[in-house]
Amino acid sequence: MGVAKYIKNQKDAIEEVIYQSGIKVKPSYGPDDLKEVGFDYEKDLADPGQYPFTRSIHPQGYRSRAWTTRQYTGFGTPAETNARFKMMIAHGQNGLNVAFDLPTQMGLDSDDPKAKGEVGRVGMAVDSLQDFEIAFKDIPFDRIGAGLTINANATVMLAMYQAVAKKYGYPKEKISATPQNDILKEMIGRGAWIFPVEHGVRLVGDSIEYAIKELPRCNPVSLCGYHIRESGATPAQEIGYSFEIARAYIENVVARGLKPDDFVGRFSFNFNVYGNLWEQVAKFRAARKLWAKMLKEEYGVTEPKKLFLRGLFGGGGSGLTKAQPENNIIRSSYYALAAALGGAQTTALCSFDEAFTIPTPRAALLSLRTLEILMDEVGLRDTVDPLAGSYFIETLTKQMEAKIRDEMQKIKDLGGMINAVSTGAIQSEIANQAYTFEKGMQNNELIKVGVNKYAEEDEPEVELHEYNETWAKDQIASVQEVRRTRNNRDVVRCLKKLEQVTRDGQNVMPCLVECCDAYATVGEMTGVFREVFGEWREPNIF
Amino acid sequence: MAQKKIRVLLAKPDLDGHDRGAKVVALALRDAGMEITYTGLHNSIDQIVNAAIQEDVDVIGLSIMTGAHLSIAKTLLHRLKRESVDDMCVIIGGVIPKQDIPKLEALGIDGVFPGGAQFDEIAASIKKMIAERGE
Repeated sequence: MGVAKYIKNQKDAIEEVIYQSGIKVKPSYGPDDLKEVGFDYEKDLADPGQYPFTRSIHPQGYRSRAWTTRQYTGFGTPAETNARFKMMIAHGQNGLNVAFDLPTQMGLDSDDPKAKGEVGRVGMAVDSLQDFEIAFKDIPFDRIGAGLTINANATVMLAMYQAVAKKYGYPKEKISATPQNDILKEMIGRGAWIFPVEHGVRLVGDSIEYAIKELPRCNPVSLCGYHIRESGATPAQEIGYSFEIARAYIENVVARGLKPDDFVGRFSFNFNVYGNLWEQVAKFRAARKLWAKMLKEEYGVTEPKKLFLRGLFGGGGSGLTKAQPENNIIRSSYYALAAALGGAQTTALCSFDEAFTIPTPRAALLSLRTLEILMDEVGLRDTVDPLAGSYFIETLTKQMEAKIRDEMQKIKDLGGMINAVSTGAIQSEIANQAYTFEKGMQNNELIKVGVNKYAEEDEPEVELHEYNETWAKDQIASVQEVRRTRNNRDVVRCLKKLEQVTRDGQNVMPCLVECCDAYATVGEMTGVFREVFGEWREPNIF
Repeated sequence: MAQKKIRVLLAKPDLDGHDRGAKVVALALRDAGMEITYTGLHNSIDQIVNAAIQEDVDVIGLSIMTGAHLSIAKTLLHRLKRESVDDMCVIIGGVIPKQDIPKLEALGIDGVFPGGAQFDEIAASIKKMIAERGE
């Protein structure tokens, strides 16, 4: 939402500007500011494509390759979702980002009593491989990669993706999936967690270890500061916390005998864009630099490609408002601009009607067009890192870097991210940030157009996506039919093996692929983990 | 004589994990002098009703983002009735379309506060409904 505090005098002139990360902005910047923050071109920036990659991971930025567009898509049954995938691809989208319904994310089959009312509501319902066969029918796996927005049971979905690709004749070496797979982030915000912390992190480690050996084009984890910021964190916290989460995953995999050099190059990121334009751009530039430095200096990674912070920088849902919803189209355009100026490899926008519910096809298409206009019409591909050298942006980038480091240090002082999440310290910090922010909005210290400034009494109606009750009925009939017609002896054998492998601490991935091949359901596979691991109990922060 | 603190149970029913709103309202109501219990995520209606009875609260607040507010409200009110609980107020916040507010009120929900509702207004409404209940 409104994210910078503006203190004005009686004549409406701005006397002070304070960004959400706590940085005070001056009325003007010059060479002295760069001196004051100790700016050094070679050390702090270097040329695009050169370490520490502040300017870009590629020498020519969007000239050599425009960003990948990946609108978050999925609702109802796999058939509905497949039709929407194809529509978006036909209109120029070149990546997928799959939305799963809550039962799927929580590892429940569609006919589980706890799934009632939620089947196909906020994403696509998936019960077995049959659903992936329908959802990904006629999708060119070798050309279109898929983000899978799932975390607690991301291992199950990654296995299912491998299984469906094989079914359609694509070898596993050729497929590119990016399961979100960031369980610590789910525990901090968003809340789709199932298992206790150590088991959740073990599953993340299993998928990284497996993907490095078997799925060379997959990105087994997408560190998702996006949701941490949606929960109320500042931009500096968003980045700092994501890096400390990454550290927890790195340590888990290193403990298995792998070297960081073997796997960190496959990490990817998902960051949030809303609010103040300059703070976002500086955030992304500082993040690229800090990630590369952390990997090089602390983990001894040297190969430049493995130091890249590759990310989806996506328009933040928190920035959108139900009031005057068409304003969200304009807001999101600026968020996309910030993502482009920040050098996003991949992007997506929340659609203008998403403050209400999931988007209509028209709204989803508008988001895609917004991204296409930036790349094809207004010149964002002309030259790499166009804001480089600005006294203001370079000073701000240095300041953001310091703020992010501070946030990382705070987590280290709490005993690391796993500890910070287990005790609830971090959830408490973010809830307090969110509260401070909300009070600022309600006191009109932070401005949101159409909400606390220029509000209107009568709002026009918007056309909204409607949930169709028959989707749940169809999906329930479909999973029950799968259970009737599959070879249940195979399923039982695979699930028994999965339980053994899980208990023995072996990597669960190969066995999950076998389970998927046998049409075991998401509820059955996740159920094995529930049985072995138990469920997490949230720390009480009040 | 010090007035008895109003006790509020804030709850996130079912599977949705977006709890920013619930947590922020918890902090605001605490600052308004109320005693807050937050259930955390993934609660069944039965768990919520049991917690409310156990904590002997004055108000149950549900935060719902998924669009399932009407059916959740019906189930909760039904369960309260079955447990012969008639002295608790029930309020709902979250992503609630305008046209559903009268429907929720007709079901017997005492207050509906969609995202963006002012903290002062929520606190004042709770105090008012508790005072009216007490009469």
